[in-house]
This record gives sequence, structure tokens and C-alpha cells, in this order.
Amino acid sequence: MASLKFINTIGVVAIPLLLGSLLASPAIAQSPTYGVGRTPTAEELRRMDISIGFAGEELPPGRGTAKEGAQVYMQKACVGCHGVGGIGGLAPILRSKQDAAPDVSVWKRERILPLRAPNATIVWDFINRGMPVGLEGTLKPDEVYALTAYLLFLNKVIPEDQVLTRENLPKVKMPIGDHYGKPHEFKVNAPRLQGYPY
Amino acid sequence: MDSEQKKSRRELLKAGAALAGGITMGAVGKANAQHDHAPTPGSENASPMIHGSKEQIEYGQRSKYVTSVRVQHPIGGRPSPDVFGKVFHVATPLQDSVGVITPSSLHYIATTRGSFLPDVDPKQHTLTIHGEVDRPLTLSMDDLRRFPSVTRLHFIECAGNRHNGKQRNVQDTHGMTSCSEWTGVLLSTLLKECGLKSNAKWFVAEGAEEVKGASSIPIAKGMDDCIIAYGQNGEPLRPQQGFPVRIMVPGFEGIFHTKFLRRIKVTKEFYMNYNEFGHLRPEDKELALGDQIGPKSVITYPSGTQRLPGPGLYEISGLAWSGGGAVKTVEVSTDGGKSWNRAQFKNTPQRMAHVRFAYPWKWDGTETTIMSRTTDDIGQRQALREEIANWWKVPFERDYRVPGLDNSIMPWKITKDGSVSNGLA
Repeated sequence: MASLKFINTIGVVAIPLLLGSLLASPAIAQSPTYGVGRTPTAEELRRMDISIGFAGEELPPGRGTAKEGAQVYMQKACVGCHGVGGIGGLAPILRSKQDAAPDVSVWKRERILPLRAPNATIVWDFINRGMPVGLEGTLKPDEVYALTAYLLFLNKVIPEDQVLTRENLPKVKMPIGDHYGKPHEFKVNAPRLQGYPY
Repeated sequence: MDSEQKKSRRELLKAGAALAGGITMGAVGKANAQHDHAPTPGSENASPMIHGSKEQIEYGQRSKYVTSVRVQHPIGGRPSPDVFGKVFHVATPLQDSVGVITPSSLHYIATTRGSFLPDVDPKQHTLTIHGEVDRPLTLSMDDLRRFPSVTRLHFIECAGNRHNGKQRNVQDTHGMTSCSEWTGVLLSTLLKECGLKSNAKWFVAEGAEEVKGASSIPIAKGMDDCIIAYGQNGEPLRPQQGFPVRIMVPGFEGIFHTKFLRRIKVTKEFYMNYNEFGHLRPEDKELALGDQIGPKSVITYPSGTQRLPGPGLYEISGLAWSGGGAVKTVEVSTDGGKSWNRAQFKNTPQRMAHVRFAYPWKWDGTETTIMSRTTDDIGQRQALREEIANWWKVPFERDYRVPGLDNSIMPWKITKDGSVSNGLA
């Protein structure tokens, strides 16, 4: 940033200086019109980018099973807020209270993340970014895989012995299947829903 | 000015002050004398003073006689703060509002999941834009202020702003919306600086609070009117509104307006964050009614729990807004919806902003129901709950749930004694 401020006042004469600083530091001024800001390093982006898409491209390497997850659930005191086996705490329930037959629509059951999510990567993402309360972002990837496996097992989504990894997590078949509304294409100055007058 | 002149000027000022003081005291005494409960004329206590404290000088406070406050929403719902000390939903006292600007300290609050209020140091905080762009960029808060800014009036409304027959006043029914003047940089300015790749379709806006609340927003919206806002009502954002920087997504549900904004990731496809998980619906159609807020209005005076002292002339007053554009018309009915009268605007309607409307009304003292309805400049209109149920071809029942955000008409019932109550009760 300093180098661009310099070029603004001194002009063309400063170009060699600018080039020098470009080579010396990765924190270069990038904004072409206004000449402010800097380029984040690859490492910064890797640490910061906790958004996990449906394809799971951003998932870190790791593994975990439901059995391991049950232990993490106790060790990390998840049980204190969410209750034994995901029910009975002050925080939201994590396991369906209904022992529903597999053909009962997920829409008729509770809104529980590891039950209703269209993709297991969303479960992983939220545990990783939002839990445990007060210590968010401190779980290691293996612990997040294990907790995800445990919660999916509790909701009868995967068997107890399945090992979840970066490769198979995005492929877990969730109960909702493809039966959920997809976002429509947003258009400026268009009604919320074509043909809907209100 | 020599010392002699200074002295005489000082004396003159002194005399003037005494004279002015005497006149004021006299006038107050006289006025009070005509009033039954007035203190003794000429009493030194006739006009109490607000102590000129350091706090009053530095950052003024409202009168102690003004006691309007925010309350948790909904009444009887999850408290704020909750057992963990987190804040969830807190509503604005619309029943006391005048004009269209919500004071920053009374702006409604909502958080992802319920969250603690982060104490963000603007010197440490940065905003990073990355993903499907040619040049990822990290900006300090000082950097952000070097870009050309915009200042616009915009409302925000929470999806939880739904009215039903159990609520008592307009704070409960509609208090999860507020309107402020926001200042910041258009997101389009920043995205152009980064160079959008041709496959950029969505972006994820993420906050720095402990839960890292994030939302997916269409890039078309981002390039149209989203603001990376650092100012609210003439000063930096309040912490409860996302200090030091938030994104404004005008007209979209409140949850999209990510606070403590730390990261924007431009993506090729839709990302389902925890916030979008909350928006999941079985049908595309219902989901579509969950992003952009429909045309909506409500009468704030007279409204639930208020009381008209007797028959006579009143100015019915309220707020109207739409997430699709600017308000075009507002109509008021004072006979339970049989006839409708065009209301006047108190300010110029702006895109995705509250407008204050009013209608002068002579109440004859008989029982009636008053309500308002609005249209916006993209052709949408606010409807009765029954109409909406009919459109969806479902039977209308008392507890009918309007799909998407509830923008149905809100009736207030006025009884013969002038008391106002919820017309849905």
C-alpha cells in the first residue's frame, strides 16, 4: 500500500521502487483504480475460508467415526448443552424424537441440522464454525468428522461403523434427498415470484 | 480590543444575562400561576435543570421523560440475553416512532443462532474478498473509507416479523423492522476492483462474530445495490448493528445483512450456510418468497394498547415499505376494509426504505377497525390474509401462515371507549 501511495505523489519516477517492493513482499497493493488494500496470502485464505460447499472442495483432510464422535461429544462438553444422545439439554435437540419409519417425510419431522440438511457438508461446516459455544473454531478436523458421524448416526443417516472422510462426506445420502426448494434466479426490479401479486 | 473595552463588554453581557434571566423567570412564573398544580410563582424550582454533566456534553442523552425501549421478540419467546448470555431477537418500539429514521440505539437486533456481541477493534479488523475474482483483496477499515461512498435510507426487516392474534401492540407485531441512513461503499465498486470472473454467480458474506454467521446472496443483487456499510445515522455503526462494517442487502430479509463483515467469497454456485438451512422449504415457490420482502405497511398510531381520549379529529399514522422497490401508494381504511382512502406521504418514498404515511380521520366514537395497505413501484400489493390463502388455494383458517415473510394487512380494532387492540385477536 505504501508503495502505491508513493507512486501517486511522485509519479512515473517511482515505478522502479514499486517493482522492487512487489518482488520483496507478497502484500502488494492490488486494487487497480483506487490503489488500496493488499493481496491476501494463500495461507491466509486457507485459514480464513471455512465455507464448505456441496462438493466439499474446501474440506481439510481428516477422518472420524460415530464411536469416536460419541467420545468427543463428552470430552468437549457438547452433552452439557445438548443433552445425552442429543436430547434433553437447553440447546437445540440434535436427534429426532420421533422414531419415524424411513418413509416419513423429513418435512414432517423436527428441524434438526444432521437430519434435514440436504448435504452432510453443511453439518460439518456448522460444527466447525459455530461449536462449541465459547470455543468456536477450536475443534480439530478429525473431531469435526467424528462429531458429524456421531450426529448422522444418531439420526440413522449412516451406520455406526462408517468412517467419514473428506472424500465420502459430500456423498452421504441425506434423508431429504432432492425434495427441497431450490433458489430461483434473482432479477433486479422483479416481483418476488413471477405471477404472485403480493 | 483594549482592556477598557473588554471590561465594558463584560459588564454589558452580565447585565444582559441578568435581564434575560429575569424576563424568563417572570414569564415562567406567570404561566405557572395560571396552572393549578404549579409551584409557587417565582420559585427557583419552577424550571428544573438537567445537570450539565460531562456525559451530557460529550454524547447527549434523551430526556428522562422519554422511556421508549426495545423488548425481546416474540413476547414469551427466547429471551435476550438468554441463559448463555447470547442475544437473539429484540424489537423496536414502533408505537412511539415518529418520522422514518429509527434511532440507532432502538434499532431492532437479530443474530444468527443467537450470539454474543463481539467487541471488534476496527484497527485489527479486515474485509477480504476472494473466490471467483481475478484479484483477491484484503481491506482495512481505513482502506474502505478511501473508496467513493454512498449514503442511502434503507429498512431492514427480520423474517421473524410476523403478526398474529396473540400479540398486543405494534412492537410485538411489527417491531422487527427498523430504518436507518446507511453510509458505505457499493459492493459493486469493490467487486469491480477485484475483477469478477465470468462464472461468478453467488457470494457468501461472513461475519467475524463467534458463530461466523454467513449468508449466500446472488451476485446480481451484489452488483445492483448492496452496500458495505460503516456508517449509520451519521456515525459509525453501533456494535449491535455490526461495528465496524456490515453488508446492506436492501430489501432482503435481515439475516442477509451480515454484521461484523470479515469475508466475501464469490462462488460459482449456491452455498448452503446455516442461515440458508433455516430458509429450507419443500417448494421452490415458497422459498422464493423468503429472500426479498414483499410490500408491507402498518398503522403505528393509533395501534394496540393505545387509547383515543374521545371522538374527534386524529391523524392516523404509520409506516410502509417494500423489499422490491419504493412504495407507490398507501391506503387507509377506517371501516374495517369496506372503503379505502389514499394516505399522504410525510417523506419522499425511496427504494427499500420506510415511508411515513398519514390520513386525517374524524372518529365519531363508534366501534370500528382501521388498517392500511400499500403497493410498490414494481407492481406488487399488500393483501389480506384471506386473499393470500385464496391465491395458494388453501382453506383460510385463523392461524393461517402466510408463505415467506408475512406482509399481510394488519387490522387494529377500536372500541367505543377509544381503546385500541389487535384486530386479529
